[in-house]
Amino acid sequence: MTAPNMYRYDEFDHAFVRDRVAQFRDQVERRIAGDLTEEQFKPLRLMNGVYLQLHAYMLRIAIPYGTLSGRQMHKLAHIARVYDKDYGHFTTRQNLQFNWPKLEDLPDILEELAEVEMHAIQTSGNCIRNVTTDHFAGAAADEVDDPRPWAEIIRQWSSLHPEFSFLPRKFKVAVTGAARDRAAIRVHDIGLEVRRGPDGALGFRVYVGGGQGRTPMIAKEIRDFVPEHELLAYLEAIMRVYNRYGRRDNKYKARIKILVHERGIEQIRDEVEAEFTDLRGGVLDVPAEARERITAYFASPDYETLPAQSDKLEAAWQANPALGRWMAQNTHPHKQPGYVSVTVSLKPVSGVPGDAKSAQMDAVADLAERYSFDEIRVSHEQNLILPHVKKDDLPDVYAGLIAAGLEEPNAGLITDIISCPGLDYCALANARSIPIAQRLTERFADHDRQAEIGDLSLKISGCINACGHHHVGHIGILGVDRKGEEFYQITLGGAPGGENGGADAAIGEIVGKGFSTDEVVDAVETIVDTYLGLRDGADETFLTAYRRVGKQPFQDALYGN
Amino acid sequence: MVISSKSQVLTANRLGDGRVVYLSGEGWTTDLEQARLLSDPGAAETAEQEGREAVAARLVVEPYLIDVAAEIDRVEPVRLRERIRAEGPSTGNSRGYAA
Repeated sequence: MTAPNMYRYDEFDHAFVRDRVAQFRDQVERRIAGDLTEEQFKPLRLMNGVYLQLHAYMLRIAIPYGTLSGRQMHKLAHIARVYDKDYGHFTTRQNLQFNWPKLEDLPDILEELAEVEMHAIQTSGNCIRNVTTDHFAGAAADEVDDPRPWAEIIRQWSSLHPEFSFLPRKFKVAVTGAARDRAAIRVHDIGLEVRRGPDGALGFRVYVGGGQGRTPMIAKEIRDFVPEHELLAYLEAIMRVYNRYGRRDNKYKARIKILVHERGIEQIRDEVEAEFTDLRGGVLDVPAEARERITAYFASPDYETLPAQSDKLEAAWQANPALGRWMAQNTHPHKQPGYVSVTVSLKPVSGVPGDAKSAQMDAVADLAERYSFDEIRVSHEQNLILPHVKKDDLPDVYAGLIAAGLEEPNAGLITDIISCPGLDYCALANARSIPIAQRLTERFADHDRQAEIGDLSLKISGCINACGHHHVGHIGILGVDRKGEEFYQITLGGAPGGENGGADAAIGEIVGKGFSTDEVVDAVETIVDTYLGLRDGADETFLTAYRRVGKQPFQDALYGN
Repeated sequence: MVISSKSQVLTANRLGDGRVVYLSGEGWTTDLEQARLLSDPGAAETAEQEGREAVAARLVVEPYLIDVAAEIDRVEPVRLRERIRAEGPSTGNSRGYAA
């Protein structure tokens, strides 16, 4: 087995995380002993990713930019088995949540995580959260450059940053390394697109002020190019402007998107440029040797030199059409000839989107160790990725996934649903999300029908906080509470990103009045059937067709206007 | 004939494991059927005081009153949120796991 090419803790990192575990152990002991009240303890537990949800405590574990080794995944499976209920839930922030830990067990869990260089710091609170990236980072054929080293540099800069630990509100940064945005950068507080400047040097296009929630906004471009060595200075300039002017009087208006909206991007840009002028050329300049040191952790694995086509794979899928279907849908082009990235769907029919049993986590870890240079990614779409798999090995990987119940061939199709936990778990939710997702996967389970429908993203949130990304679903579903009953509002035409740094991103439009629990699945089917009836050939996707015809035909079909 | 009356129950989460609990005649219970039914403002006020004492004694966190419909053989929260808290997740890997 090859050691994974990912960041590894140095002595400082190990000591820092161990100290934090010891500190939290002491805080838990003091809480149980009565030396801390809940009011005093709550902000301390939140700083370590511990929430109190409907039924129990919930622990949110940081998976930096969604990257895991097999050893780390095995540890998550172990924790699920020993301390929780034998499963975990992968989230749209590329993190993992356990729904049932006991308070007294949490220090032990964090200690186990520290053994594999993981923690839960900054997965809650008004700080800079886990930096997210393209789940095919370092592997995608269309990548300008690997965004992971920069995500790691941002992680190090933002971890316990004294100036940014008590921001007006939480703050999320996403980085894409390809012009085709797979990290939804335009719906983050800051979105970064790795690109080359006029002289060919690497740098970033910077967007600011995106987000979902109750006031969805597409981020605006604030600078078309920041040289890579000046990235931290520019980010710090943005954070200072936000920290200075961001509203602290109203949590619903405290995100940077509101600041950008209220003051205008031009004024914010001027303020940021003034700060940037002061900061650039100082201690925040990232020296070339530091960049190289971090980048070295993410060096390409020791690929074999292979032909682009695999005769072994060709013969295997021709003999097994199910393999061919899975391969066509769940693999992504790799920059190295003879390799692909594999999407391991966590969206089986009737399943809970993003949930994985501990045995499935172990199975994916085993497959990664054997077939993917020990690397795993978590996608913001709540799937797992084996980023570097030889085409020759795909039949064996597929067999391994079948054995683990993870072979659903639906990546990017209508049943590849993003869903928040909803009212089944979440203390903020107004309506259930998971049962709606399950019924939709059952309604559209037929693989031929899914293939006929083609690329279509369906996203469900159980409240206006939009953790299920419904605003950027081609079809979005928002659960609301109407006089004690669950109702579901449908939006159409949303998109998380696309070409040219997410230029395709859009917030969906409300199609009309909401639907009851009994009606909502039929309503989605009506929308899909309407699309199939009006599309300009099988190559016209749902989103393209919607943008061509608008919502009127869908309203007519749904409401008989 | 179903005899139903509107009452309240004091609920909280247990400090040690966060599980949903209800104030009963004697201490706290995970079984809603064993909860003390609070049928007038005085009873509710007494229960809330017991809740504050239980918080101080580090037994529970965040106690609050919920409305329930009490029938001869069962007690059911009025709001869906509280029905899910009482019965556990309605689906998935921990379906019905309430205690």
